[in-house]
Amino acid sequence: MYLVGNLDNSLKSSIKDEIDDISKYSKTETRTDTTTTTTEEGSLPSIKAETERKSDTEFKIENPKLSVQSLKAWFSGKLALKGINLDVKENCVTALIGPSGCGKTTLLRCINRMHDLTPNAMAEGKIILDDINIYDKQSDPVLIKRRMGMVFQKPNPFPTMSIYDNVAAGLKLNGIKDKNLIKDIVHDSLKGAALWEEVKNDLDKPGISLSGGQQQRLCIARALAMQPEILLMDEPTSALDPIASSKIEELMNDLKKNLTVIIVTHNMQQAARVSDYTAFMYLGELIEFGPTDQIFKYPKKELTERYISGKFG
Amino acid sequence: MTVLFFVFVIIAIIPLASILFEVFKNGVGALSFEFLTSPPGALGSSDGGIGPAIQGTLMAVGLASLIGAPVGVLAGVYLSEYSSSSKHFAYFLRLFNDVLTGIPSIVIGITGYIALVLTLGSFSIIAGAFVLSIIMIPIVARVSEETLKLVPNTLREAAYGLGLPKWKVVWHIVIKGSKSGILTGIVLAISRVAGETAPLIMTILGTSLFFSGFNAPVDALPLRIWRLASQPYPAAHEQGWGAALVLILLILALSVALRMFAQKRSIKTFKGTT
Repeated sequence: MYLVGNLDNSLKSSIKDEIDDISKYSKTETRTDTTTTTTEEGSLPSIKAETERKSDTEFKIENPKLSVQSLKAWFSGKLALKGINLDVKENCVTALIGPSGCGKTTLLRCINRMHDLTPNAMAEGKIILDDINIYDKQSDPVLIKRRMGMVFQKPNPFPTMSIYDNVAAGLKLNGIKDKNLIKDIVHDSLKGAALWEEVKNDLDKPGISLSGGQQQRLCIARALAMQPEILLMDEPTSALDPIASSKIEELMNDLKKNLTVIIVTHNMQQAARVSDYTAFMYLGELIEFGPTDQIFKYPKKELTERYISGKFG
Repeated sequence: MTVLFFVFVIIAIIPLASILFEVFKNGVGALSFEFLTSPPGALGSSDGGIGPAIQGTLMAVGLASLIGAPVGVLAGVYLSEYSSSSKHFAYFLRLFNDVLTGIPSIVIGITGYIALVLTLGSFSIIAGAFVLSIIMIPIVARVSEETLKLVPNTLREAAYGLGLPKWKVVWHIVIKGSKSGILTGIVLAISRVAGETAPLIMTILGTSLFFSGFNAPVDALPLRIWRLASQPYPAAHEQGWGAALVLILLILALSVALRMFAQKRSIKTFKGTT
């Protein structure tokens, strides 16, 4: 499946050259303004009882690939994440679940600093990837995004590009010139995204001519082509029909052999099916985190149990 | 309802069609190779043509586009992609741009006269191209901004997600993705300035001679039409109609050519679709 092997090294070295080049253009921009923080709980069940018990989890992961530490995020002055602590294990699927507006997408977008791009949004705290803090002043958001692929809620292939060019876009625009290398990576990425058999004769057709499910797998292939260490998926199947969704779920099982997947989902059955670890979030806080089996069968917190059993949300 | 819309479409088309018909009917008789290539003949005679005017219009509009199109497009890119951190500045820029669109072209012509003709010491194609580019910029900027804003944000995010710096996202995804829209704006602006008369009177003056240097008056089609129309001779009027027809055909040819160019470019990326 998705194993590039010896290609990997040559690509990484060519990417590295390019990195030196690019980092000149994109200096880290860090927002330092502090905005007043307001907490709003609305009419939903209160989480006060839970926070008293202890908002971070007792469950610990050894040697996490990614570690989120007291992360806070704001939208236009409104606190959306109230200090999240979360560890993500390598080569596993970690699911973020919770009702709408709980901050799971915001957390995902903080992880690759996509959140920075939203107007009037800011974040503070630590996210440790291997041993670098990606919120450090020295770290470059552009390079961080290159280490993490992102798949969005709605499939968004580049409309003016062919299937081939969509997958090759990241490589070409990052300055990789070697046509054979690009070709090999594009083919491997399409195979890795389980799309190759369906499109191998139509690589010149526009990406938007595919069906929704195929487009989403094309977007996965586009992300895979950059050889990311982490794949962030923001409700990747919410715009797809059940058959297309199940294909993507199957795919996640293969993907985690080579990379770490973090998926935001509204669909609890999906989280139960695909993930190894599950984090339940509510009103900007991480309520409970643990192995998926445990969260779904023996949740420790009452709020988690009520959400999972469908009593609210 | 459909009938009502149809009626209004017809009402809108009548003036346009009758202008084109009238220009074609009266002007086609004047067209000849000599008419297109030679300088104007003696006053009142049907000799001579509009060669210098065609040359001058092509040069003035070409030079104006070389200044106006890039400045306008870049202004549009700024307003759409880079202005989110300075909202007040962008607001005033947009306001200023809209006001600039509304300034009568004669006023821009007088500005060009004072700023360039008087300082440089002569009527010249430089002054003409300058005032025409001032008229072009706000149109190109406005259309470019609106076109770029139509690019969905999800595409920008997809490109950022691939680890591309902002300028690459803007250039390769946003601008290249809205190429045909930007080109439409440029065509619109070129068509507008190609027919401008008033600012050219103040800057290039008009002449019977072919281009003779950057410090001398040049001719232009709208100026030539105006001069021919204000003469009392029927032969001059026929030449005027002919010049008007040539101007319309030039603009038509330009916009068709640019559209085909834009289409060809996008077909290339979509090759094998059919």
